Formats: sequence, structure tokens, C-alpha cells
Amino acid sequence: MHLTAELKRKADPVATSAPTPAIEMAEISRRFGDVTALAQVSLSVRRGEFFSLLGPSGCGKTTLLRIIAGLDIPDEGILRIAGQDAAGLPAHKRPVNTVFQSYALFPHLNVRENLEFGLRMKKTPPAERARRVSEIMELVEISELSSRRPSQLSGGQMQRVALARAIVNQPQVLLLDEPLGALDLKLRKQLQLELHALQQRLGTTFIYVTHDQEEALVMSDRIAVMNAGRIEQLGAGCDLYERPRTRFIAQFLGSCNILEAAVQGRTGGRLEVRTKFGNLEMDLGPSARPLSPGDACTLAVRPEKVALRVDRNPHNANCFPARVAELIYTGSETQYHLEAAGGMLKAWVLNTRVGHQGLHAGEEIQVQLRSDALILLDD
Amino acid sequence: MRANLQTAVHHGETLTPRAYSLRTGASVGPGLAWLGALFLGPLALIALISLLSRGEYGTVGGAWTFENYRRLAGFGLLGFDSLYPLIIARSVLLGLTTAMLCLSAGLPLAFFIASCKGRYKNLALTLVVVPLWTNLLIRTYAWQMLLGPESSLTQVAALFGLAEADEGLYPGLFAVSLCMVCDFLPFAVLPIYASVEKLNWSLVEAAMDLGANRVSAFRHGIVPQIKPGLTAGFILVFLPAMGQFVIPDLLGGAKTMLLGNAIQQQFGAASDWPFGSAVAMVSLLVAMLALWLMARHTGDDELNIL
Repeated sequence: MHLTAELKRKADPVATSAPTPAIEMAEISRRFGDVTALAQVSLSVRRGEFFSLLGPSGCGKTTLLRIIAGLDIPDEGILRIAGQDAAGLPAHKRPVNTVFQSYALFPHLNVRENLEFGLRMKKTPPAERARRVSEIMELVEISELSSRRPSQLSGGQMQRVALARAIVNQPQVLLLDEPLGALDLKLRKQLQLELHALQQRLGTTFIYVTHDQEEALVMSDRIAVMNAGRIEQLGAGCDLYERPRTRFIAQFLGSCNILEAAVQGRTGGRLEVRTKFGNLEMDLGPSARPLSPGDACTLAVRPEKVALRVDRNPHNANCFPARVAELIYTGSETQYHLEAAGGMLKAWVLNTRVGHQGLHAGEEIQVQLRSDALILLDD
Repeated sequence: MRANLQTAVHHGETLTPRAYSLRTGASVGPGLAWLGALFLGPLALIALISLLSRGEYGTVGGAWTFENYRRLAGFGLLGFDSLYPLIIARSVLLGLTTAMLCLSAGLPLAFFIASCKGRYKNLALTLVVVPLWTNLLIRTYAWQMLLGPESSLTQVAALFGLAEADEGLYPGLFAVSLCMVCDFLPFAVLPIYASVEKLNWSLVEAAMDLGANRVSAFRHGIVPQIKPGLTAGFILVFLPAMGQFVIPDLLGGAKTMLLGNAIQQQFGAASDWPFGSAVAMVSLLVAMLALWLMARHTGDDELNIL
């Protein structure tokens, strides 16, 4: 499509040479009275990337987005947008556009007029304006809503209009502040895929704020998980999920069993630890933490990586007996709460066989924590 | 159980049609009776009288005629006379000027009050209303003293060469405007404040995000939202200001005739009730015309404001 090519060119003028990052920030801090919303956040977002800021409410992710948009000013720190220093650059002069959580559509303008607003402000000639607006309306499938007022739109339609109103300006970076938060689950899942496809097609850098970890995992190239005004960990979704560095990441992103442990010994890439479930062996992984016998550490195990065995003769390592205390059937999987001698443990089993799994509450089984499923946390 | 389709559910209460209409009558009735007897009736009388003519000794009588309206429009016995058209124009202008001045003074004030915190907000609102606790005549006479010759205000103005110290700042257009704005400001501020209070600021942010500078952001992010308040403020000031004549008389030097004192004069000194009624009917029509224009304008808030 003609428009897509145009947007792509604009987003990435020199496609081959080493591009400057879309967003660079160094030690950005923001305080509201006594509350520190952002504490020295440094970040670099690549061009054409789908980048998510993920975190619980109050973690500072929306403040970070507003600082990029120019709707809030940092107390300290440097921000560059497409290589240009953004200090002193007012919101209306920044090459970014925002999709607001509340959509913030102009109630007195119809859909087409809402879309035209940004182009009018930039004094785009009427003919080009009309062409671009029509193309975007087609792209996000809202052409038939053209003359409706925002009050006559459903939540999903308003979301599309808000998105179209932002991208029609061909921003260098599109900022999205929990745009799907107000929609029901099914529509949210559909729009997640559409947003991802749209981003791929336009090649525009997207910065997406959300508190929904699944949403972030579905769409993002990279995710920065924020907590209490800091970026706790940054990486691709699978890195964050498979190798969480902190207790917070392990528990915020998905579900996790946390084990307190003491180091017993270390041989090459393997570590022997003592836990409430007995002595366990684990792969050390890429962690470069110097650990010596006697040190305390924290381990994490994803519940779906806990292996359950019915056989009573386990000579495998990291095995211990447990009893099924409770089971929750969720359709695709069954979640077991296991009671071992050392304490409780969560285990999720995918229901691959037709009919139930055969485990009942009260049944005695063997649990295996495979050495590569144990993750060593930093805190 | 069969649902009785005749039964109305009213705020969770089930009422028979008879009880429902009784209640409606009881709640609306007194007001309607009051309006009918003391407003619509007299208004109809005035409309009828305006179509008659003045008899000898100020009696009302004669045949049905449009003569009063012809005279008002300027077609007197001695050819065209601009006296009454000018009175109408002058009154409308006075109303318009006062309304515009009150809106421009009230808008920043409303934003200031809305930005006040807690207690101070109530204090500020009270201060806006306080002048209404004093009688209009007393306030107007007070301005006469404040603006009179040798008053401290006049002396300050004289220092800047704006007035002669021994002549005072009244009578004159300045004194009239000043007093009118002071009297009508609360009626502009309160409705504007009510709409500023519930402003959705994310629309302002959206406008700035889409490339609007401060002025455009105000125009497109704020004005459409406070338009109902501005309209209400305009109407509440314009209508009474158009009929106001005490202030122009006391501070303007009683040299010019306005709709208000024209009516007073016809019913009083001139004893020409039919003509006075015609003036009253025309001023009512002018007010309704203004309201209709306003309603048409606010209903049509498309992109042409851009």
C-alpha cells in the first residue's frame, strides 16, 4: 500500500545505516512532592521496535510515557527523540503522538474531523489531508464511522479512532497508554494481534504501556518491567520469563514458586543447594554471581516446569514425595497445590490427554524439580 | 402474577395511573398556576393592549391597530423618526457590551477559582456573590461617590491624564460600563465556573499532543467544553443588562433613553399604556431573537470554529 511505504520511509529515513535510537533517555528522574515516580531511569528504544513498559499501577510507566510525549517534564535527566534533545521542546513540536487511555477524542468533532485535527494543526494542504485521513480510516477499518460523533461509538470503535488519529500524523514514535484497558477480554485479544500487525506493517516505533503481562508478551519485541520508579529488568519476553533476575519479575510475570536456599557446594556449572524440599542440584546458568558454600540465595521455579511422576522408584535427582492438597481445573491445564514435607508447591499440568489426568486430591505422588528449571534470583 | 401494564413504576414505587397523575398535578400544579395567573395572563393583556391606542386622559381604547409598532419602527406622524429604533439599538448594544465585558472578565476569574484549593475555593465563590447582598441602588450611588469629582479614584486617574480632577469620572460611558460589569459579573462567573470545574484536561493534552500550541489547545481543547457555561453566562447577563436603565440613568447622566426607561415613561408620565406595551413586547421579541441566535450558534459547533 502506498501509505504504508510512505510511513515506513518517514519512520526510518536511512534504513540501512546504523540508525540512531528512536528514544534515548539517561537518568530521568521525576518526583511529585514526596513521591518518587521515576528514579534515574535510563533506556534506549530502537527504531521500528514494539517496546512495552510493563508494571503494576503506580510504578511510573505512565509518567515515563508522558515525559516522552512532553506532557510532563522530568526533574533531571536527558531525553533524546530520534537523536534530537527534547529538553525545551514543547509537546506540540515533538515528533511523537499518543493514544490516550481515555481515548480523549474531541466530543464536538466527528470521526473524520478528529482524524484531521493533527494535520490541520500542521497546516497540511486540504487535498493531502483528505487523502491521508481516508487511507488511515481504511487501514484501521473505520471508514463507515466517518461522520459519527465519539458519543455514538462503542469502546472498540473509539479505540480504533484514537489510534488512527495518532498514526495519521506519521509520528516517529507512537506512544500508547494502556489503550486496550477499558475493553472486554475477547476484543482486547483481537486488538492485540491487530496492533501488532499494524506496527509490523507501518514500521513505526511503538512504546506501549500496560499492566497486563500477557498483553506485553503477545505484542512486544522487548519489554521493560518497571517497579517503584525503576526499570527492574529489560529484555525480550522469553528472556524475562525464562530468566527473571529478581523475585519481583518472577512473580509479576506469570506465576512462580519461590524457594529460599543455602549454597552447599559448587562444581563447574552446577550448584548444590539445600532447600525446604531437601538438597537440590541446579544449573548455574549465565549468572555470574560469586557464590560460596553457606551463602543464602533465592530460587524460582515456574509451576508448569514442575514435573509430576506417579512411579514410586525415582532414582532421578531433585525428587521428593508430595501429596495433592487441592486441584483447580482451568480447561487447558490443571493447577495442583502440592503439600510436601517442606511446604507447599504449585504445579501446572497441561491437559494433553482426553479426560482427566488421573490425579485426585489426597493422592501421593513424586515431584521432580529438574536442574535446568531452577532459576537463581539476584535478591 | 400478571404484570399490570397500567401501573407506572416511579423511583421504585408502584403507582396506579390515577395516583401518578395526582402526584404530577400536585407537584407541577402550583408552579403552573402561579405562572399562568401572574405571568402569562398579564403578558397576554400587555400583548392585547399594545394593539389598542391611547384615548383622551390616558385611557386605553379605540380600534385594533398596529400604529404603536409602526411608531416604534420609526414611522411617526411626521415622517421617519429614528428615536425609537435608536433606543432599541442602544439597549441591545448596552446588553451586548456588558455581556462581552463580563465574559472576558469572568473567564479568567472562573479558571482562578477552579484552581483554588478547598476552603479558598468556597471563599472565592462567596466573594463573587457578596456584592449581590447589597441593593442595586445603593451600589450605584456608591459608585457615584467613588467616581465623583475630587474622589481618590478620580485623582489617580487625573495623575495619568485620564480625567479632570474637578470633573470626576462620571457621568459617562466608562462609569456605566464599570458599574454594569460589577453588577452582572456573578451571573457570568458562576455558570462558567461550573463548566470549568468539570473540564476534561486530557482533551487539552490530546490537542497539544496533536500539534496544537497553547492558543489552539485552548480553542479546541477547552472552549468547546466550556461553551455551555459561556452561553449560559452570556444569556444571564445580556437579558437583564438589556433592560437595565437605573445604572445608565444614575451614572450616564440621564441624557439617553433606553428600553427600560422608555417603558417606565410611557406607563408613567406619558400615560400611554398601549405604546408602552408595544415597547415591552418589542423588547421581549428582541430578547427571544437573541436567545434563538445563541441556540442556533451553540447547536452548530462543527469544525467551522477552526
